[in-house]
Amino acid sequence: MEVIQSIRPLLAVLVSAFAGCLILLAGEKNRNIREFWTILASVVKFSIVCSMIPFILEGKIIEYTIVNVCQGVSLQFRVDAFGMIFAVLASALWIAVSIYSIGYMRGLKEHAQTRFFFCFALALCGGVGVALSGNLLTLYMFYEILSVSTYPLIAHKETPEAIKAARKYLTYLLTGAAFILFSIGLTYYLTGSLDFVAGGFLEGHCSANLLRLLFVTFIIGFGSKAAIIPIHEWLPTAMIAPTPVSALLHAVAVVKAGVFCCLRVILYVFGPELLFDLGMWLILAYVASFTIIVANMFALAQDHLKRRLAFSTINNLSIIILGAALLSSDAIRGSMVHIAYHGFMKITLFLCAGAIYVKTHKEYISEMDGIGRQMPFTLGAFTIGALGLTGIPPVCGFISKWYLCLGSIEADQLIFLIVILISALLDAAYFFPIVYNAFFKSKNGVYPKFDEASSLVVVPIVATATFSVIFCIFPNAFFYFLDMASISVQNILGGV
Amino acid sequence: MNFYQVHFPILIVSVTLLFSFLIPVFGWWKKKLCYPLAIIAISISLFSSLIVANRVLYHGPIRYYLGGWEPPWGIEFYIDHLNALMVVLVTSISLLVLISSKKSIEKELPDKDVPFYSLFLLLFTGLAGIVVTGDMFNLYVFLEIASLSAYALIAIGEERAPYAAFRYVVLGTIGACFYLLSVGYLYIVTGSLNMADLNQILPNLYHSKVVLVAFSFFMIGIAIKMALFPLHVWLPDAYTYAPSPVSSLIAPLMTKVGIYVMIKIMFKVFEPSFSIEMLPVTTILSWVASIAIIVGCVLALAQVDLKRMLTYIMVAEVGYIVLGVAMANRNALTGAVLHIVNDALMMACLFLIVAAIMFKLGIRNIYELRFLHRKMPFTMGAFTIAALSMMGVPPACGFFSKWYLILGAIDANNWIFVAVILMSGLFNAILFFRVIENAYFEPAYAHDGGEHIEVSRDEAPLSLLIPILIMAVGIILLGIFSGKIISAFIQFIVPVSF
Repeated sequence: MEVIQSIRPLLAVLVSAFAGCLILLAGEKNRNIREFWTILASVVKFSIVCSMIPFILEGKIIEYTIVNVCQGVSLQFRVDAFGMIFAVLASALWIAVSIYSIGYMRGLKEHAQTRFFFCFALALCGGVGVALSGNLLTLYMFYEILSVSTYPLIAHKETPEAIKAARKYLTYLLTGAAFILFSIGLTYYLTGSLDFVAGGFLEGHCSANLLRLLFVTFIIGFGSKAAIIPIHEWLPTAMIAPTPVSALLHAVAVVKAGVFCCLRVILYVFGPELLFDLGMWLILAYVASFTIIVANMFALAQDHLKRRLAFSTINNLSIIILGAALLSSDAIRGSMVHIAYHGFMKITLFLCAGAIYVKTHKEYISEMDGIGRQMPFTLGAFTIGALGLTGIPPVCGFISKWYLCLGSIEADQLIFLIVILISALLDAAYFFPIVYNAFFKSKNGVYPKFDEASSLVVVPIVATATFSVIFCIFPNAFFYFLDMASISVQNILGGV
Repeated sequence: MNFYQVHFPILIVSVTLLFSFLIPVFGWWKKKLCYPLAIIAISISLFSSLIVANRVLYHGPIRYYLGGWEPPWGIEFYIDHLNALMVVLVTSISLLVLISSKKSIEKELPDKDVPFYSLFLLLFTGLAGIVVTGDMFNLYVFLEIASLSAYALIAIGEERAPYAAFRYVVLGTIGACFYLLSVGYLYIVTGSLNMADLNQILPNLYHSKVVLVAFSFFMIGIAIKMALFPLHVWLPDAYTYAPSPVSSLIAPLMTKVGIYVMIKIMFKVFEPSFSIEMLPVTTILSWVASIAIIVGCVLALAQVDLKRMLTYIMVAEVGYIVLGVAMANRNALTGAVLHIVNDALMMACLFLIVAAIMFKLGIRNIYELRFLHRKMPFTMGAFTIAALSMMGVPPACGFFSKWYLILGAIDANNWIFVAVILMSGLFNAILFFRVIENAYFEPAYAHDGGEHIEVSRDEAPLSLLIPILIMAVGIILLGIFSGKIISAFIQFIVPVSF
């Protein structure tokens, strides 16, 4: 495979950290300049990331080494197709969220906006860093930056509940990080290397039981961010944060980084063959299936809209992990594109929840009767997102679920096919009542008048919803998500 | 090689020694002169140490015979990679702390600036002397110079400082006695005080009871000096009640220098094989150190005084480094030496931040720090960086030493130590996020509905702020370039047998 040396990955990561400094310098007094830096940084970041797509599609790899840390390990970026999927997703959605959060934060006259935008930029630095890292140590570094920079965002409201939620978040994630650090140390001790290799590099280095232990500690570590039940508790609690943050948490960077890292470990550290021999894939698949079903049942019981969405996220994250755990080519492809497609659909849903909150200050589903007449664009987008997550064409969730279903048949595990289908049914059961009530139910037969939120809020929502539809009709539109997933699968499974 | 180049090693200690006696004279004439004089002295010292370190890097270890008397009769300064690293660390941190001390001294110790600067230089001389000398007895002399000036400096602090200093005097003197006895015993059996010479003679005498007792006495003595649990009891009081600039100097450096002496004697005077195999020293040390880490962290949790919290964290950090030394393998020792450097920088930064807060607001209680991020944004920014480094969040430097220590613990096949190291990171997270929460988050009444509380910026004076910011940036840079430090210095420090 051809390797290109280029500084672009470093620039792509640092641009938002640099923007963070400019944001701090601008401060609350120059809020327009401050927001200008945010938007500029997000656009620049996105274009740098996109400029790397052509190389990746040609099957090349972009590499950049910052500095050597210890023997055989450097701080190194290594951009491959899989990392590219996540990087494109994060940087593309950052633009949408930036525009949206300006409207949202100003609409609600939130305090400490400088801190908010600064931490947001830093979190994106961490997110894209995770995507582009070439080895576990670099990945860990950005993973930690991401964890810590999200903490002030969750605590943003500074009420006792918000601070409690942020503490809970840190407790889960830092404990998880300790597990990860241990696993990375052990990996280094066993192999003397931490570089990702498509198809894994751990094989034959030690006894099977030690490898099983290592796999478990890895998954506990990264699973804390990917919110696998029973280590998911922080995620619904963190819904106390402002909506753009929830969108960031769920769709753009944070939990996606968690599943991304899980997939990295499954496919690039252990590798499908080794996992198959160890028998761990089946256990992981059952754990993920349990999460898929239980999370959706929890979701049914939530009345708080954002909490319901949070459980839906937990469900989808585990679907992604399930796909990778099945180890068949279609399942892996499906889970990789689901990272991207779920991002677009889920961000639409969260931004809708935020728009409803900005306009009407309603957070509970039971209060939202008839709101579809008042905010047709928002709720229209919400409907598209809901259809997509259920897996109904023509929204892109269908594509990824289709591949996942094919994958579970390919792996000869029909039980997981049933799990995916049941979860889709449950999705329908908790999403469609919202849509129905919003459009067709009303209080005392009076429908509210048309009254949308500000265009800074509505435009990003409509945009992400449109993208969700386009990705179903043209799965390769703009960003070549499906092609990149296919390239990764080819590298991992060796030409299958 | 010309004359000037040859004599740089002695300049590191002699200039400051000379100036510490000149300062009272000049101060008697004009008080204002003390501060610049002290800065000049330590700058010369820093300059010399940089040149020496540079030579060590390119030409290998330097031997310098005092007065031209050859060892083993004369006193020798011996500077290898470990010494060079330590001497640069000691001089640069001392200089930064000295620069920052001006305002704090004016506020906390008015009228006492002449003795302060004089003692400060004396303390510095002691610390620098310890890390350059190659002679066991000379090391004792420098150790006592440093300790005695530290006692004096601590005693001029707050109301309860004399009592704390007295406890320090008693315990410190016991430690020094143990050390001196150990040197005496070694002298009885070998007839030599020179470290390199001892290293040659001792292997034949390893089974001698006298040598074994000497080694044990040494370990106890130095354990008191570096405040290894359970011999740490003097430390929290002494460092808490000392004047801010004093604790900013001795907290990062004094204990680190103690650990340096331990590494030096264990691996350079005695053979590593002796220290590891003859007595169960490393086993005992490693378990004591892990208990120190846990106890230090737990006691720190119980503190509401920021400075006192830091002193208990010091106890844990000492445990951290000693654990690395005691696990006695390549990765662990690399981590330990790296952590000496990193921790000195982090602690200096944190103590200076406390000094800055004390200077501006006169408070140390962590629950009174509300709105601090608006009053002192730069100081708190630096605090956040140092705190993240203490927790081991990359790319700050604390992570990289932790990484090596974990690798070392895995190499040593001891999972309990791995768990302890990881736990300490979590403890530090609790400790520091508690402070960050109080300093950054405002109570909800301050913005929701209620009146917006106006807090104007009131940053620390530049002489305090600049050293703090330099250190904060240093923490990040040291982390990113830790690989360079290891390949330039630390890989030569680790004994070949590891």
